[in-house]
Amino acid sequence: MSPMETAGVEPADFLAERDFGGRDREALLSELSRVLPRGALLVSPEDARPYECDGLTAYRQLPLAVALPDSEDQVRAILRICASLDVPVVARGAGTSLSGGAMPHKDGVVLSLARLRSILALDPLARTARVQPGVRNLAISEAAAAHGLYYAPDPSSQIACTIGGNVAENSGGVHCLKYGLTVHNVLRVRAITIEGEALEIGSEAPDAPGYDLAALINGSEGMLAVITEITVRLTPKPLTAKVVLAAFDDVVHAGDAVAAVIAAGIIPAGMEMMDQPATRAVEPFVHAGYPLDAKALLLAESDGTPEEVEEEIGRIREVMAANGATGIRVSRDEAERLRFWSGRKAAFPAVGRISPDYYCMDGTIPRKRLAEMLTAIATLEGKYGLRCCNVFHAGDGNLHPLILYDANAAGELERAEEFGGEILELSVEYGGTITGEHGVGIEKIGQMCSQFSRQELAMFHRVKAAFDPRGLLNPGKAIPTLNRCVEFGRLHVHKGGVPHPELPRF
Amino acid sequence: MIERFRETIRAAASQKRALRIRGGGTKDFYGGPLRGEILDTRDHAGVVSYEPTELVVTARCGTRLDELERMLAERGQRLAFEPPHFGETATLGGCVAAGLSGPRRMAAGALRDFVLGAKIIDGRGDSLSFGGQVMKNVAGYDVARLMAGSLGTLGVIVEVSLKVLPMPASEATLRFEMTQEDAIGTMNRWAGRPLPISATCWHAGQLMVRLSGAAAGVAAAQRDLGGETVEEGARFWCELREQRHRFFEGPAPLWRLALPPATAPVPLAGEPLIEWGGGERWLRSEAPAEVLREAARAAGGHACLFRAPFETAEPFQPLAQALARIHRSLKAAFDPNGVFNRGRMYPEW
Ligand SMILES: Cc1cc2nc3c(=O)[nH]c(=O)nc-3n(C[C@H](O)[C@H](O)[C@H](O)COP(=O)(O)OP(=O)(O)OC[C@H]3O[C@@H](n4cnc5c(N)ncnc54)[C@H](O)[C@@H]3O)c2cc1C
Repeated sequence: MSPMETAGVEPADFLAERDFGGRDREALLSELSRVLPRGALLVSPEDARPYECDGLTAYRQLPLAVALPDSEDQVRAILRICASLDVPVVARGAGTSLSGGAMPHKDGVVLSLARLRSILALDPLARTARVQPGVRNLAISEAAAAHGLYYAPDPSSQIACTIGGNVAENSGGVHCLKYGLTVHNVLRVRAITIEGEALEIGSEAPDAPGYDLAALINGSEGMLAVITEITVRLTPKPLTAKVVLAAFDDVVHAGDAVAAVIAAGIIPAGMEMMDQPATRAVEPFVHAGYPLDAKALLLAESDGTPEEVEEEIGRIREVMAANGATGIRVSRDEAERLRFWSGRKAAFPAVGRISPDYYCMDGTIPRKRLAEMLTAIATLEGKYGLRCCNVFHAGDGNLHPLILYDANAAGELERAEEFGGEILELSVEYGGTITGEHGVGIEKIGQMCSQFSRQELAMFHRVKAAFDPRGLLNPGKAIPTLNRCVEFGRLHVHKGGVPHPELPRF
Repeated sequence: MIERFRETIRAAASQKRALRIRGGGTKDFYGGPLRGEILDTRDHAGVVSYEPTELVVTARCGTRLDELERMLAERGQRLAFEPPHFGETATLGGCVAAGLSGPRRMAAGALRDFVLGAKIIDGRGDSLSFGGQVMKNVAGYDVARLMAGSLGTLGVIVEVSLKVLPMPASEATLRFEMTQEDAIGTMNRWAGRPLPISATCWHAGQLMVRLSGAAAGVAAAQRDLGGETVEEGARFWCELREQRHRFFEGPAPLWRLALPPATAPVPLAGEPLIEWGGGERWLRSEAPAEVLREAARAAGGHACLFRAPFETAEPFQPLAQALARIHRSLKAAFDPNGVFNRGRMYPEW
């Protein structure tokens, strides 16, 4: 197929989602059971129930079946069967996604990679680990520890989430300000297309010929291919690390202090912010020693050689003080450093204790607008009559407002979603994005229509079609169809053009 | 300006004519043959926004790379991937499209790691914007990063946002006498320790190592590693980056092998120069392309004919079948009429 031959052809699912109803369920199940080990195909609702949602529990759907392969060959066979029967496939790691990316398709198969959990090779000299997709993020660092190495991206969910899910979401962590996101720490990905073909993306060399397909597969949300093997880069463990805990009596000052640290030429290993409601939620839970009267807390970590850390911590302290910090503490030992972090890392579960439910947002904005965003969120709390705790990856402007609600109280979920939607749209307005690290999934698919134009969305569909021409991998996620945008009523129009006049209005 | 680009592209697309996107022309030597009418990007120049505290600069494609770096330096910042210019007229657009990184690659990351957003014009003449000016963004596929190294075959990069970083407070360069084999082992062992090594280069029995970072950390590493301190270190790394080092003189074809860094010395005819802790191995060699490609492939890497006095082989390592198919589909997605830089990456498109 030359470029000329496909000119003008648009992907089939660009306008509307395909209907996958009416597939031959019996044929599917019998073919799948032939390629899977005993007990690796779950069909009954009771067995499939644990897979009906991911970390975004408000959205649930039972699939036709759940397949639990334990080898790449089985993955390939499953994909070929689904392709031949035109059945959708939703890949799944640990199911900790917060955007509904791993939520099943009602007419599809959930393809769990959880049983592919071997560390295939760990090369301390080359500083690489070759792992299967179901390996937990933290397990890589644990295996590398003996060599003084670790895997740098550290999502708060790292004890549970899988490296395959991390690649699919391009996940971040509190240390990505200095050490980068998943995309910066993954050297090579092996993935199987829906047709069952293996793709070697990237390499263990510094680069690979051709297009940078690793840019696409990282953050692909299970839409392009199923990841079956990953080589990650390992990082030498810093000799030492210390964290500064600074308290502020005003969120604006805390926001300014973040910018001032960067302006001073310092890139902390991590720089996190918590507002007062978040601090008050976590302190009784973890006893981190946070001052409860502060309006905002900043945690800024420095790592490196003892000499470097002394020098940098001194400079961070100065900047914090100059920007109105009302109290500054520096961790005195490793135990205290971990305690200072424990509150931040436990923020989600702690908030889960004070509220029946919470809804975690994930917009990213330019750092300079942090204070403005916090003020806007405070106003929205009044408007929707819901409380919100704010934890931020402040160093890179990534916000996690946690909207508290009670799913059993009539209308609260809807209000929480609308509240969240407004935050996301503000993020776009402030020059940012609707999702910094949690992905679009099903949750933010409507807001994609605000962030991207029709032509941009069309290009995303074409990119998907280059990998998955029939749209069988995770359909209905991440990239909205044009019809969905019309329904959502928020197609972003460039330069006054009429949005897709050919579509029926409803 | 953008409108002019779009009209040119639409006209070319309707007649299925080829366009050759060109900035300063400093990388004309890189990649396949130059075909088509020139689409000159140099007039679309200028910095759109730069806020040092956001660590982001956004500039138009025709912006001169040296001017951009000078502006960043005034605020104590830099492009951390240390891109080669290959001439003073190098533009930002060409830099991103070529996707080349310099000596700091292994410590700081590659050019593609710093791309935050891009505005492009595709082969239909549509203006599209991907990514943005923030550090973390997973809305939609990362098309902006895909542009890095795409050699202008997917679209005109009209504007780019890049992450920038502070200049290191202190730098020092050390020299060691060492065989190639020892140098590869040493570079990899040191890379596995928390040392502030920001560049390495082995050539003709000498290993050069650059340290960058806080003054205290650089001094401590210098004491730890030993070696001889080189006075004109900064000049050495600049000459190396710009390929003005004497290794790069003369007419012999210049090959670039990208290999897993710890790969033992590969016995190939020709003179080697090694950078990136062993990951980038330059070779002045008349050996047949197939021999070099097979050696690189066997080691888990690839070989590129980087510069040659005349065309002796295709520039880039051929792609495996499944990947080649996806490349063709992506090319068709962005440039359905095959307008941009035909044959610059692979001869078939
Ligand atoms: C308490 C908590 C804290 C969190 N903290 C963070 C954080 O700090 N930073 C952050 O970035 N995220 C965070 N997350 C979100 C989540 O943990 C990450 O998105 C994680 O990467 C998901 O991994 P998983 O294995 O659970 O993937 P899943 O949830 O199973 O799947 C996520 C997506 O990836 C796809 N997928 C999974 N495996 C594969 C595969 N092998 N091939 C192809 N596609 C695949 C799925 O189809 C789905 O679209 C947090 C979540 C929770 C619950």
